[in-house]
Amino acid sequence: MTRCQNFSFRVLLGAALGLSAAISALAQGGGQLRFCLHTEPKTFDPLQVEDDASVSIRYLTGGVLIRVNRQTQALEPELAESWKVSKDARQITFKLRSGVRFSDGSPFTAEDVAFTMQRLMDPALHSPTGDAFRTGSGKVQTRITSPTQMTIVFPAPVAGLDRMFDQVAIVSSHAFRQESAVNGPFLGPFVVAEYKPGSSVLLRRNAYYWKTDAQGRKLPYLDSILLDIQPNRDIEMLHFRRGEDELINALDSDYFDKLASMSPELVHDAGASLDSEQMWFNQVAKAPIPDYKKAWFRSTAFRRAISEAINREDLCRVVFHGHAQPALGPFSPANKFWFDSKLKPQTYMPDAALKSLQAEGFHLDNGTLKDSHGNDVAFSLITNAGNKYREGMAVLIQQDLQKIGVHVNVVTLDFPSLIERMTQTFDYEAILLGLTNVDLDPNAEMNVWLSSAENHQWNPQQKTPETAWEAEIDRLMRAQASASDPRKRKEYFDRVQEIVVEQQPFIFLINKDALSASSSLVKGENPVILHPQTFWNAERLTIAKAN
Amino acid sequence: MATLVWRIARHGVIMLTIVLLGGFLSATFMRLAPGFDVDEREMDPHLNAASIQAVREEHTQNRNIVRYYAQSLAKALHGDLGTSISLGQPVAALLKERLPLTLRLVALGLGMGWAAALALAMSAACVRLVSYDVASTLLSGLFLCIPAAVLALLSVLWNLPGALAIALIVFPRVYRYARNLLSKAYSLPHVTTARCKGLGELRILFWHVIPVAGPQLLALAGVSVSMAVSAAIPIEALCGLPGVGQLAWQAALSRDLPLLTSIGVLITLVTLLANSSTDVIGQAMGSQKA
Amino acid sequence: MNFWQKLAGCILLLVVCLSLAAGWLAPAGYAYQDRENAGAPPSHQHWLGTDDLGRDRFARILYGTRISLLLAPAAALISTLLAAMIGGFAGYAGGIWQRAATAITDLFLSLPWLFLLIAVRALMPLNISPLESVTVTFSLLGLLGWTAAARVLCAAGASLRDSDFVCQARASGVRNSRLFWIHVLPNMAPVLLAQFWISIPVFILSEANLGILGLGVAEPLPSWGSLLRELEGMISIGDEPWKLAPLALLVVVVTCFQIVLSNQQEVAA
Repeated sequence: MTRCQNFSFRVLLGAALGLSAAISALAQGGGQLRFCLHTEPKTFDPLQVEDDASVSIRYLTGGVLIRVNRQTQALEPELAESWKVSKDARQITFKLRSGVRFSDGSPFTAEDVAFTMQRLMDPALHSPTGDAFRTGSGKVQTRITSPTQMTIVFPAPVAGLDRMFDQVAIVSSHAFRQESAVNGPFLGPFVVAEYKPGSSVLLRRNAYYWKTDAQGRKLPYLDSILLDIQPNRDIEMLHFRRGEDELINALDSDYFDKLASMSPELVHDAGASLDSEQMWFNQVAKAPIPDYKKAWFRSTAFRRAISEAINREDLCRVVFHGHAQPALGPFSPANKFWFDSKLKPQTYMPDAALKSLQAEGFHLDNGTLKDSHGNDVAFSLITNAGNKYREGMAVLIQQDLQKIGVHVNVVTLDFPSLIERMTQTFDYEAILLGLTNVDLDPNAEMNVWLSSAENHQWNPQQKTPETAWEAEIDRLMRAQASASDPRKRKEYFDRVQEIVVEQQPFIFLINKDALSASSSLVKGENPVILHPQTFWNAERLTIAKAN
Repeated sequence: MATLVWRIARHGVIMLTIVLLGGFLSATFMRLAPGFDVDEREMDPHLNAASIQAVREEHTQNRNIVRYYAQSLAKALHGDLGTSISLGQPVAALLKERLPLTLRLVALGLGMGWAAALALAMSAACVRLVSYDVASTLLSGLFLCIPAAVLALLSVLWNLPGALAIALIVFPRVYRYARNLLSKAYSLPHVTTARCKGLGELRILFWHVIPVAGPQLLALAGVSVSMAVSAAIPIEALCGLPGVGQLAWQAALSRDLPLLTSIGVLITLVTLLANSSTDVIGQAMGSQKA
Repeated sequence: MNFWQKLAGCILLLVVCLSLAAGWLAPAGYAYQDRENAGAPPSHQHWLGTDDLGRDRFARILYGTRISLLLAPAAALISTLLAAMIGGFAGYAGGIWQRAATAITDLFLSLPWLFLLIAVRALMPLNISPLESVTVTFSLLGLLGWTAAARVLCAAGASLRDSDFVCQARASGVRNSRLFWIHVLPNMAPVLLAQFWISIPVFILSEANLGILGLGVAEPLPSWGSLLRELEGMISIGDEPWKLAPLALLVVVVTCFQIVLSNQQEVAA
């Protein structure tokens, strides 16, 4: 199918029927939607999911009690008709939808929810989804009051408890075995029909899916979804252009511009996403780097000066062709509720940065910045090899900092080597990496902000907080985790965001835009910033026949 | 005949030793490479300390490389090649699924590459026209200069089979050697004599040129197999072909020791089989000639 | 030397001269980022346009040529000499030597050297200058790249072992070492030279592939390998043919080398 044909097809439809009429006319259509997964799904067990590909499959095949609406970011009832979280945020009571069946025809009951929670919270499973619920020691209790009514009791308060059920796909208590996870049974709109390792995953519509549209027709509209396992973005783009794929998620800004120049109606920039790119200095006391460098990295003034001397606007404009926004802090403005609107953009002020460094005892000598002991200010900035955008940002930062006399040596390492330096040997000076954020709630980042945590990257696993501001962040994070009032929680987390911006342990650089492309054959698509951008409403998507 | 059997047996023993040593060294290299006992999952902020510890322990089991290798050899004797760390599937099943595609790709690529190279080299040596020689050299030179990755992308762009990319990688390298060997053989005195006596070109080629250049061409055939096998890795990875090459690439990036050791042994085995069989045939040819 | 060889020689000389005059021809240098003109098409100011970060492509090609033209042949020389020593000698000596050399080459051919290279990069200090790191990379490539040639040279050595002139020389009492250096090695010259020239683009391209693993030339220093990485977004090549300039230069240089070489081969033969 050529682009020309596509175009004339759309014009005809638009003229004859109007868009809404077209959607309903096509709604009976069925058909197959095709798009790419960028990695091999590591598991089909919905409770052990952690990689992007498995998350996508879980989203399309799993049934959840509560769903975060990807567009409004509000909670919506799914398999639970209603729910209630107790005041102490330790228990949640669900009223389950009746008459729902698994894809094998067996009924869905409170037993299945209880089984899912018990299995999810099994410490031996080491499930990332389960770990997120584990705020205190002790067992999770489930109380079934009727086949459609049940309560789950947690040993300690879990902040944002209801939201976390968006990630919990309910499995069947009678048919679930780990080795047959590919075969389900499923509660979502689609079921896994075929898995060809390294090649593709075929999903077919779940004949027992419970949802119907406003006209009473059964969802999903599509007959099947073919997920090509394709790590190469060039090939994904070619498939899309040839009409062999209908959607591209998380499109690169280069490809976005290329597609936009050919057919602007196919691409969609939903604005800043939740994902951020940041750099940080090594503040680990035992790190094998010279003491004078540790002293710079531990100085707030130094970190702030470096942050001020980086031109974020240029990073967005040059590296991402304008499809990124300067980052304001730990959370992107795309996170509607949790973003602290008091944060101001970091302006590019190399002169002010130099002045504040001079006030700290640094001085310029022949274009090179030196510290008070006469050491040249130079550091290496590591990023993962093969990521064109990060390498580009590193090179731009290199030139920006050269202007204040700081020499940066850009080093690209393969990912495992980088992680080893970052988490085990601490043999690095500065790292530039990104954070992919799928959760809206700050609780998901407890392991990043708590000073004792493993993922507190600039200085992990501290026995006691080494600085006053880290102690304050610890206190605020714990306070928000145990508070049940969302406004109170927001107040605490706003303060955390402000401290992070003041102290710059992470120098937040940019938030990438959520870019996607969809073929003109796909109807009903409405790309959003949250994962999964283009197919969040897969059950309501339709595909026009090519002829 | 007995000597041939003895040679094959001796080759077999040497091959087995090399294969085992190759597997061990592959595993050792990977053990020594940085990032061996780290896992991307450690970066997941959802995981708590106990789960991160569990992830780390998965890797530390394989820390003692000698013990690991001995254990996996013992298991391999019972047909169990272990389970891939990154994909969570049995290595034997993964290889079985993906091997046919790679074998087909490599065989087709080698066939096309050799056919093109030999045709061009023989015609260049027979015709002995300077312009023809220069043109064919330039053609092969052009393909020699284009990176494997670009060839792979071009084959995707034009919807050509991946085997063609392998053929285009093998072709110029084989052509270079083959042309030199053949032109050298053609300049030998006995060929000149044969030509003076009025022998036909084909008879000269098959009776007087190929027997001289044969052993080296065979050695080249062995080398070209490992060339094609190593080219298959980037080509499969870039063209998105689900073969062993793509698997090897994934295994390398995720430091998947059980998977990579098996693939290492497999690649060593293929290389050796190709080289040894050409050696045996070459020696047999040599002894017949003698 | 015929017309074509003279022409090829002149082109090579021109390329070398241009790369040496890089400082004068492209005064902005290879690292300067003209951020207002990132990804610009060729213009009076930037003859071959700019790369994604606004750096002058012409300047980067000139400086990259210096590095690649110096280091890739050096690596090729190391690997060819090693191959001649190991493969040629083993083939000539025959017997246990040949078998041992064959076994070692087979082993070398099938090992995942990538991990060794990654380990070496990890052992290098992070603050090493880009030029030092690229020199280390090329030397390693040279030290590891001898195996494929060694097998072919082994066969060549073996065929020379039984040749008439070697028998004659041996009969007239020439010592073995002298025989190898004076009679055998020069007779392997055509194969050796072919191997040498084949290796050069191979090393240039290996460096480009290693760049993806962080083992190539570090930013902002350019090399042909890092310039070729611009081809990754192949889809747009039709619209921006100037991005093909590094590939075109690589093809021209290697082809010129081959044309000049074909003369030398005839002399050697």
